[in-house]
Amino acid sequence: MTSPAPGRAAGDYAVEVEDLAIRYHGKPALSGVTFQVRRNEIFGIIGPANSGKTSFLRAINRMDLMTAGMEVSGSVRVEGRDVRSWRNPYALRQRIGVVFPLPVGLPLTIYDNVALSSRLRGTRRKADLDVIVERCLRRAALWDEVKDRLDSLGSLLSGGQQQRLTIARALSQDPSILLLDEFSIAVDPVTTMRIEEVLAELRSEMTIVLVTNLVQQARRLAARTAFFLTGELVEVTETETMFEGGAQDPRTTAYVEGKFG
Amino acid sequence: MTDVAHAADRRDLAWWVDRAVQILVLAGGLSAIVFIAGIFVFITREGAGFVFDRFDFREFFFSPRWTPTSSHNPTYGALALIAGTASVTGLAMVVSVPFSLGAAVYIGEFATGRVRETLKVLVELLAAIPSVVWGFIGLSIMNPLIIQIFDVPIGLNVLNSGIILGLMAAPIMTTIAEDALKAVPDTYREAAEAMGATRWQVTFKVVLPAARNGLVAATLLGVGRGFGETMAVLMASGHSINLPTSPFDSVRALTATIAAELGETAAGSDHYQALFTLGIFLFLVTFAINFAADVFVRGGQRKHRRRGRRPAASANP
Repeated sequence: MTSPAPGRAAGDYAVEVEDLAIRYHGKPALSGVTFQVRRNEIFGIIGPANSGKTSFLRAINRMDLMTAGMEVSGSVRVEGRDVRSWRNPYALRQRIGVVFPLPVGLPLTIYDNVALSSRLRGTRRKADLDVIVERCLRRAALWDEVKDRLDSLGSLLSGGQQQRLTIARALSQDPSILLLDEFSIAVDPVTTMRIEEVLAELRSEMTIVLVTNLVQQARRLAARTAFFLTGELVEVTETETMFEGGAQDPRTTAYVEGKFG
Repeated sequence: MTDVAHAADRRDLAWWVDRAVQILVLAGGLSAIVFIAGIFVFITREGAGFVFDRFDFREFFFSPRWTPTSSHNPTYGALALIAGTASVTGLAMVVSVPFSLGAAVYIGEFATGRVRETLKVLVELLAAIPSVVWGFIGLSIMNPLIIQIFDVPIGLNVLNSGIILGLMAAPIMTTIAEDALKAVPDTYREAAEAMGATRWQVTFKVVLPAARNGLVAATLLGVGRGFGETMAVLMASGHSINLPTSPFDSVRALTATIAAELGETAAGSDHYQALFTLGIFLFLVTFAINFAADVFVRGGQRKHRRRGRRPAASANP
């Protein structure tokens, strides 16, 4: 049991990570990670390539189950419960929305992309689905662009539109946690800013873990930021402190100032 | 200066090898076209006399009377033969589609590691069993089994040959269907699994729809295989001219007719030419089926174009 920070109850955390280590075929990718993500917080994770950011996200929603050779040790608690004690990992994943670096518009219509999650959970009524689809597309700032062609293939949208479609799809799960993995890699700057606005609004309803390759994006959005470097957690600090030169580790300061990475 | 000019114009060994290889592979590619065209020209020429002089559209397609050896009034009605081939192929598809799609989904989506590799090898091995062996199984195992189970006088019939043909076609259909599933990008599976979809939901809601065209192509190629199969059908179908009304009727297939009768006809006779006309018909049908399969495979590629799919293997096995 992690001892919660003073003045905070265990229930205040959406994700609690303790001594997490991840290996692929015995080769360590991440080790010794311990921190907590607060409820309704945008939590940033920055670090250069191969620092273990994506692996960390995969451990949260138990993607290790379907990744050959991926071993996870230590503990990840979501809503107070170790993810490996969920007997139904599908239920866990339904509570966690994921947005991947490259947009994955499933080869379904725009409507079906967003309705998929609800359908998987048994919603059949067209009227109910219509409401969900419209609400999620609106919240992902995509509705106005696609409302006249909901029946065309989602995979034919532009990169930026597809990424907002995947966000709408993740929102349709009604998640309590949203994981974003370098969502802006294939998205133009204007769309990136729109998505950032969307995320800022979503914070009141869910916890957001934002892995980003853009340190300034973490600065714009995240309350606290973790710095990962070559499979190791260097530090977790209030974002403003980190960017104002108050980082605990000189490597962090060097990274956020653009001296490497 | 002269050195540069020299290098610019000198054709070295690599240049010549490249040129030679280009011509060689071009010849290989063209030969496929030449052979196909040559076969078509040959069977058309052999059947031409019949098609132009003796051919009666109504008799050929609507009469079940195939009596080419009758001395006073030979008739060439192919309806019973077409019905024989169609009924056997139809039943074969009923058998092979669930088997092959099930096997492909298991190998492609559920099995992992060594189980998967072993199964793939076994399925490919199954595809290599000679058709005469299948015919033998139909004749000596299925036949008594059908007589015993269904209490019918003869076990060489539509049921027997349909099952045999279905089992024969299933491995190649499995292989092609599995290729179609493999062509679905893993990112689709991962995205759906991350939403909390179970394996089966991922397969049913995302992978199968995405692979639909390839799966249709696999089925069509199975149909083509059934249409063209000769030996196993000849041995297991009973080879009697019959418009089948139940799976326990013996039938005769187009291919089996050609195989059984061609050796006993005088070259150039009406009968000989009529058999070649059957051949033209078979050729056109299988060509149409393969062409349709190809169109479906290409349709499938177009859908994944944005994700940079690898080109699928030729639809013609």
